[in-house]
Amino acid sequence: MAEVISPGNPGEVGEAIAWAIGGERKLEVRAGGTKRSLGRPVAADVVLDVSRLSRLQAYEPEELVLTAEAATPLGAVEAALAEHGQQLAFEPPDLGSLYGLPEGGATLGGVMACNLSGPRRVKAFAARDHFLGVKAVNGRGEVFKAGGRVVKNVTGYDLCKLLAGSHGTLAVMTEITIKVTPAPEKTRTVLIFGLSDGEAIEALARAMHSSHEVSGAAHLPASLAARSRVAYLSGANAAVTALRVEGFGPSVLARCGALREAFNGTGPLEELHGQNSALLWREIRDLAYFADEPERAVWRLCVPPAEAAVLVARLPEKLGARPYYDWAGGLIWLSVEGAEDAGEPGVRGALGKAGGHALLVRAPETVRRSVPVFQPQDDALAALTARTKQSFDPCHVLNPGRMYNGV
Amino acid sequence: MRMPEPDPAVLAQAVRVTEELSRIVGAESVIADAERLRAYECDGFTAHRQRPMVVALPETTEQVVRILKLCQRIGAKVVPRGAGTGLSGGAMPLADGVTLGLAKLNRILDIDYPNRCVVVQPGVTNLAITEAVKADGFYYAPDPSSQLACSIGGNVAENSGGVHCLKYGLTTNNILGLEAVLMSGDVVRVGGRHMEAEGYDFLGLLAGSEGLLAVVTEVTVRILPKAPSAKAMLIGFPTVEQAGACVAAVIGAGIIPAGLEIMDELAIEAAENFVHAGYPLDVEALLIAELDGPEVEVEHLVGRVQAIANEKGAVSVRVSRDEAERDRFWAGRKAAFSAAGRISPDYYVMDGTIPRARLAEVLGRIKGLSKRYGLRVVNVFHAGDGNLHPLILYDVSQPGELAKTEELGAEILRLCVDVGGVLTGEHGVGVEKRDLMEFMFSAVDLDQQQRVKCAFDPGGLLNPGKVFPKLRRCAELGQMHVHQGALPFPDLPRF
Ligand SMILES: Cc1cc2nc3c(=O)[nH]c(=O)nc-3n(C[C@H](O)[C@H](O)[C@H](O)COP(=O)(O)OP(=O)(O)OC[C@H]3O[C@@H](n4cnc5c(N)ncnc54)[C@H](O)[C@@H]3O)c2cc1C
Repeated sequence: MAEVISPGNPGEVGEAIAWAIGGERKLEVRAGGTKRSLGRPVAADVVLDVSRLSRLQAYEPEELVLTAEAATPLGAVEAALAEHGQQLAFEPPDLGSLYGLPEGGATLGGVMACNLSGPRRVKAFAARDHFLGVKAVNGRGEVFKAGGRVVKNVTGYDLCKLLAGSHGTLAVMTEITIKVTPAPEKTRTVLIFGLSDGEAIEALARAMHSSHEVSGAAHLPASLAARSRVAYLSGANAAVTALRVEGFGPSVLARCGALREAFNGTGPLEELHGQNSALLWREIRDLAYFADEPERAVWRLCVPPAEAAVLVARLPEKLGARPYYDWAGGLIWLSVEGAEDAGEPGVRGALGKAGGHALLVRAPETVRRSVPVFQPQDDALAALTARTKQSFDPCHVLNPGRMYNGV
Repeated sequence: MRMPEPDPAVLAQAVRVTEELSRIVGAESVIADAERLRAYECDGFTAHRQRPMVVALPETTEQVVRILKLCQRIGAKVVPRGAGTGLSGGAMPLADGVTLGLAKLNRILDIDYPNRCVVVQPGVTNLAITEAVKADGFYYAPDPSSQLACSIGGNVAENSGGVHCLKYGLTTNNILGLEAVLMSGDVVRVGGRHMEAEGYDFLGLLAGSEGLLAVVTEVTVRILPKAPSAKAMLIGFPTVEQAGACVAAVIGAGIIPAGLEIMDELAIEAAENFVHAGYPLDVEALLIAELDGPEVEVEHLVGRVQAIANEKGAVSVRVSRDEAERDRFWAGRKAAFSAAGRISPDYYVMDGTIPRARLAEVLGRIKGLSKRYGLRVVNVFHAGDGNLHPLILYDVSQPGELAKTEELGAEILRLCVDVGGVLTGEHGVGVEKRDLMEFMFSAVDLDQQQRVKCAFDPGGLLNPGKVFPKLRRCAELGQMHVHQGALPFPDLPRF
């Protein structure tokens, strides 16, 4: 097993990186370790374990901002927010069970580094949109900061955005400031039963085009709905389309009623309250339906929402694909038969001209080594990506090869 | 204003450059005579002016590519320009530079309702996007007060906001895709009609990069269905402190209004005399709150905000009764800058952001500074997100007054940073705040930012002299000093 070093402050992270550069060693940056299998395998000599950087530093509910060290457990952040009736609007997923790990291991930094957002993204933006400020150590071992502690800020480049979704390949984040939001007073979910994928995508679009401020818009084909722990779904023996409304009591009731009216006649309707609603959206968020089949590969497709069903119909039959849709079709989660190439040509081929990208979220290490995990880039973008990596990490010490070969 | 030294070798080729540009875009789209160049001497930051060497007005991405390749080849600097409404001098020309005007790239390329987005060229104005989809019940959310004139390309470059950004986000949160041309002529496309771009977030990086990284040639924005109803409230307070406390209490109650603005006494008076919005003249602070959504929600929240306002000592509360009245309530706020222009020969707009909790304290200190400098300051601001717009009133014809104004402005911005805020919330650094950057960022911070610039523009030819107080060469920034050695912290836990 690789050597592990555990710095306790940004200065020590910097020293560790300088040491790695000097000795031509490569570092795997790790905090909770829950998403180690998300991305290409990293060829590292040493693990840079930042999990000691786990203090929640400043939380000002009235300012709607929170600052924490990067490896602060997500659970600790969410618990602190809940005490003040607040939340992370982007609803970060817990991928523990998908990877066969315990739940609750994720850290704030890990979520930001992977830019992971849940169902509420259709209304409340992504993780990166809530990322206000950062302190980080670049691949030269220098501690730098960017952004600030206020929502509105255009002072200098928005390096927070660049670090969000960089999978630890540009810099080691040590401190993160995020925007938090009030939690909704009330939540309701309207279910429509029995729609085909195509009909469901149309229904979801109709809901998004309405003024009912839907904050979750998903569709589960019958085979996956059957796996839900919510009895209304598992017992339905039908596909389920789910629309969530959140907010102030009277408004939620009115919008929920309006949605039911709008979809009256589309299919049988049902309504989820409280626990059931929360459980359903957690399942959708965390890919719970794929947890029990670890041998199957899982893909995440980000596509123009209206194309979703057409795209899925293009998938080769031999993949044995099991899709479900979130973000009103804008996000497709797909599990396919385990194969040496994880069905890559078929999946990426289906994307076609519509645009979008496919990320291989779960597959054995050998597969992730040989198949492009991230969507391949054209020459101009690949070159810019390589130069950007160079501008932070000229010696390629941080998570080398995590996203792309040579980056 | 100290700008990069003009390159004599480039200036010597001015005529040839003009000819070559004419071959690319046609002679009618190249401006090189002194008279017509004057229109390009500055943007909305008018305190400093510079005539560009030449202006080119391309109409296609292909032409932009050819122009940038030409400039790269001969080492000419390029300054992108949208509508020229920027307030920090981002589009201020360079004496040896080609100003690349993007106003002719002004077509709406596609309105895609199924995917809820619109694809436009960068010269399309902000308001034109909303106008194009309004009839179908949609709109583009970020709404800078300059929306009638400013271009979407400029909005991306500045990451512009507006009064509705509190609830609906800034430009960066509302764009899905970009096509951009690098100084090398390489065309990069990031994002698209899908919700998230993958790989390094160049979409987020380009937003707010002030035309220093790439020239944006196409933008895909997301559009939203219009809220079914909206009401504006005018709430008067005897003191700015109370108005500030009310803002904190509204947000503390979990209410995020569509807009939440404060105007101080001088601003109220100037705006009222100008547009007759019906503002109360006997209060020290006016809070304008807008609530939108389904009718039941708006009714419910108006009641809650009203109760909070009363509790915080409001002396007057008015709720708009119809759309016409709501527009009137906003008219004064939206015209606040022009109103300031009517009570003073010149005014200087500031744009710092501070933590909301420090509002009253900062306003008090600005008042003190205003007295000390003998210059009046009008305050209008996006109170919901702590973004201040102090307007310093001055008279440029008075010797020394501009310099004094700039000094006061700098003090105000340093005050913002001191209390935990930032130099600029939405207007950008440009040339205006360039030399204050070191007050907020260390040399290491700024070097890292400049290295990112090197990844896009290694020759430093795209809009140099803006944002960064010191120009650094990429070769110098790329140097590494490697130390061999043992792990310097033997006591660290290892496993
Ligand atoms: C009366 C008034 C009110 C205003 N109100 C607001 C407000 O409420 N909120 C707000 O945020 N701003 C406001 N502004 C500021 C200004 O309107 C915005 O910054 C706007 O986005 C600038 O757009 P523009 O097209 O005029 O850009 P310009 O001024 O032409 O350029 C601005 C910057 O963008 C760069 N640029 C322009 N186009 C491109 C492109 N296609 N590719 C790359 N770089 C480019 C330029 O180089 C420059 O650095 C206001 C200005 C005025 C005069």
